[in-house]
Amino acid sequence: MKILFEKRKSTSVPALFLVPLFSFMVSLMLTGLVLIIFGTNPFSTFSAMAKGAFGSSNGFSETLVKAIPLMLTGLGVAIAFRLKFWNIGAEGQLTLGGVAAAWVALFLSPSIPSALLLPAVLLVGCLAGALWAGIPAFLKTRLKVDETLVTLMLNYVAVLFSEYLYYGPWRDPKGYGFPGSAPFPDEAWLPRIMGRAHIGIYFAVVAALILWVVFKRTRWGFELSIIGASQKAARYQGIAVERNIFLAILLSGALSGLAGASEVTGISHRLQQGLSLGYGYTAIIVAWMSQLNPLAIPFVSLLLAGILTGGDQVQLMMGLPSAMGIVMQGLILFPMLAGSLFTEYRIKFIRKQPKAACVEGEA
Amino acid sequence: MFVKNLLDKAYKMEKDKRVPVVEMRSVTKTFPGVVANECVDLALYAGEVLALLGENGAGKSTLMNVLCGLYRPDEGEIFIRGRKAEINSPRDSQRLGIGMVHQNFKLVDSMTVLENIILGMKDQGFIPDMKKVRAEVTSLSEKYNLSVNPDASIWQLSVGEQQRVEILKLLYRKAEILILDEPTAVLTPQESQELSKVIHLMRTEGKSAIFITHKMEEVMTFSDRVMVLRKGKVAAELSTSSTSPRDLAKLMVGREVLFELEKKPFQPGEAVLRLEKVCALDDRGLPALKDVSFEIRKGEIVGIAGVAGNGQRELAETITGLRRLTAGSVRIQQKDVTNAKPLTIIKAGVAHIPQDRSSVGAVGDMSVASNLAMKDYRKKPLSVGIFLIPQRILSMAKKLIDTFRIATPSPETHVKFLSGGNIQKTILAREIGSCKNLLVAVYPSRGLDIGATESVRKQLVEQRDKGLGVLFISEDIDELIQVADTILVMFEGKIMGNVPAASADPEKIGLMMAGVSQTENEGIDISQGVMTS
Repeated sequence: MKILFEKRKSTSVPALFLVPLFSFMVSLMLTGLVLIIFGTNPFSTFSAMAKGAFGSSNGFSETLVKAIPLMLTGLGVAIAFRLKFWNIGAEGQLTLGGVAAAWVALFLSPSIPSALLLPAVLLVGCLAGALWAGIPAFLKTRLKVDETLVTLMLNYVAVLFSEYLYYGPWRDPKGYGFPGSAPFPDEAWLPRIMGRAHIGIYFAVVAALILWVVFKRTRWGFELSIIGASQKAARYQGIAVERNIFLAILLSGALSGLAGASEVTGISHRLQQGLSLGYGYTAIIVAWMSQLNPLAIPFVSLLLAGILTGGDQVQLMMGLPSAMGIVMQGLILFPMLAGSLFTEYRIKFIRKQPKAACVEGEA
Repeated sequence: MFVKNLLDKAYKMEKDKRVPVVEMRSVTKTFPGVVANECVDLALYAGEVLALLGENGAGKSTLMNVLCGLYRPDEGEIFIRGRKAEINSPRDSQRLGIGMVHQNFKLVDSMTVLENIILGMKDQGFIPDMKKVRAEVTSLSEKYNLSVNPDASIWQLSVGEQQRVEILKLLYRKAEILILDEPTAVLTPQESQELSKVIHLMRTEGKSAIFITHKMEEVMTFSDRVMVLRKGKVAAELSTSSTSPRDLAKLMVGREVLFELEKKPFQPGEAVLRLEKVCALDDRGLPALKDVSFEIRKGEIVGIAGVAGNGQRELAETITGLRRLTAGSVRIQQKDVTNAKPLTIIKAGVAHIPQDRSSVGAVGDMSVASNLAMKDYRKKPLSVGIFLIPQRILSMAKKLIDTFRIATPSPETHVKFLSGGNIQKTILAREIGSCKNLLVAVYPSRGLDIGATESVRKQLVEQRDKGLGVLFISEDIDELIQVADTILVMFEGKIMGNVPAASADPEKIGLMMAGVSQTENEGIDISQGVMTS
């Protein structure tokens, strides 16, 4: 008996659905192992997590709170990944979006009519995210500088810059020494719909729908698909490859910037520590699990947000570290990456002796 | 006693002769939905060259990949020198003395010839004794007349030289059974002749070879025996001397093949394309085109002859806006398009069938319908404003699939699952549809089977008859003479000569392809004439 991998002659459609599902089951089993090591019953823990994340309106609203930035950054990352532009800088783009939004809300609010303040705050957040993504995009398309390193390093620059601001010049004098800016005026608060969950969820869902239409139904989306599949082919078809990549990455950054702006205006109402809980990195998992499909991203984001919220819940209920949610996230990515092999390949079991079974005279 | 021993020995030798070195018995190999080989029997004897003839997708390469351990057969057995063999990996086949030169060479570009030759050999030790390797390689290359600089990096070598490295690699590994997958596709006629000498020499030493091809002429010059595969099954097994190209073609295709091409009389109109002293660099930054000037008129097919890598690809790319000119000018329909953007040139009515069909001409990971829409999606009816109309793309695709007889399970099938011929038909269908003035076709029939080649050539001639200009780049001199009206020969980025196809002499073109200029060429002719008279 021998086991071989054989390339599939065509991409298997059932595998596209079954592989993520099966991978998720594997990651549940792996997490189960970790839970057993911690001396808890995995089944009761999982059910506690599920209940905590989706079982009550309170829990669900907290799940939504985490899902919103995941959706927006996940969409942003997915756009870039579709072009094979490895933007792992959503974290930095989100942070800078938050910083820029805070800047408008804190310092420009007197000069902007109150009805226009919130739109202006969000718009500037988008622009800042786009700008931050525009740097690696420019370097890549003009000077062929590797985008992976640049986007990653700019994350640290953005996060440290925001820390400098709320520890330093923007620190609230009335904040009893806590690091953080002064609160935004009420006009710059994003309306909430359920608990702390805010209308950023609408932005995310609308963005997902628009992106789906763009990719499936527009000339630009068609061009981006060709660029993503083969830049040489795109150039040959007369498509301006560099310009289109640049524009798409600006859009990618703008979505992450919007995520940051929504966080500061919807949740904390000030610039402070903990703006992002690593959303920009989790967004990479979201994008891959959704197989870069914009319509799948809201659902996958909800799932991963649920794991985070559920992780918080089990900390309270079962005395487990809340990092268990993050452990589980990590354990999801591995089976996913390994599983993607099976959409292209299949396993073949072979016996030692292939039998000669041709009937003479048949040929 | 002594006599008996001698007789025994003689008998044994006689028996050895009849035991095939390779025997494949009722080999069947299926891929999901496709039977690539069905109950194929193959025998190869020592000191023999067996040609494996068949159209694309007939199962030649699959059968050979089974023999060299890349695929496992579903059914069937393989015997090497009379002994049953389990070939599970290329390493197994190597141990049995089987070596294959693939169509796409398996060499590491950045490493030297010597390094490539010993790459992956287990018995070389941790630090290979390069002096010894060099001595052995040098003696091999002298013996077989395979001259190549052992210290050159692979990227510095021409395609013909790279092939020599592949053959040396096999000889160094003591391969007794050589499999050559369409080896002449990349060679000049002269280089092909050299190759046939090498194979002949190996044969006299008792080595044997399997020669994969779809060209009848090569079967005749290279092989002792020929096996024709059609749709995965053995269609015939003949000794070469007892057959003819025409019979082989019929066996291969399964019907009578027309070798003639119908063409309207040549009546060129005004110029559609004019190149003046065009210079350009290749990807490495070295001069690829040197003062190239010519023109193409309406209703004219200008053929470019030459060995691949002498500037043909760069020529096509400068005309279509994909490569910058460093000097000179390009005009299309009197309009200056020197260094214009690709889109400008597309809009000027220029269509391009590129050399690299699977990664430039078509996008493997997108559907046939999408690939067919890749030129016309910018305009009505396929798009309205910024939106695409998928239903119209689909119906357009269905129509083109019908007219161009593209064999695809559906318009939604990804192009990477089609055969080379059908990928080429997809590109052709799209490009011809959007072609208004000039069609630039780079090796359009390379690697295609007779049926597909026939339809590609017909399409080119049809465009010419419609009054378009056609630039037709090919390595096949016979094809050029048949299809083109005017033939230019390229060598090292220069145009070596210009001959009307009607009066072209294949040998003269071959000499020009090897770098002898037209005037020298004629000089030789004259001197020969003087000598004979």
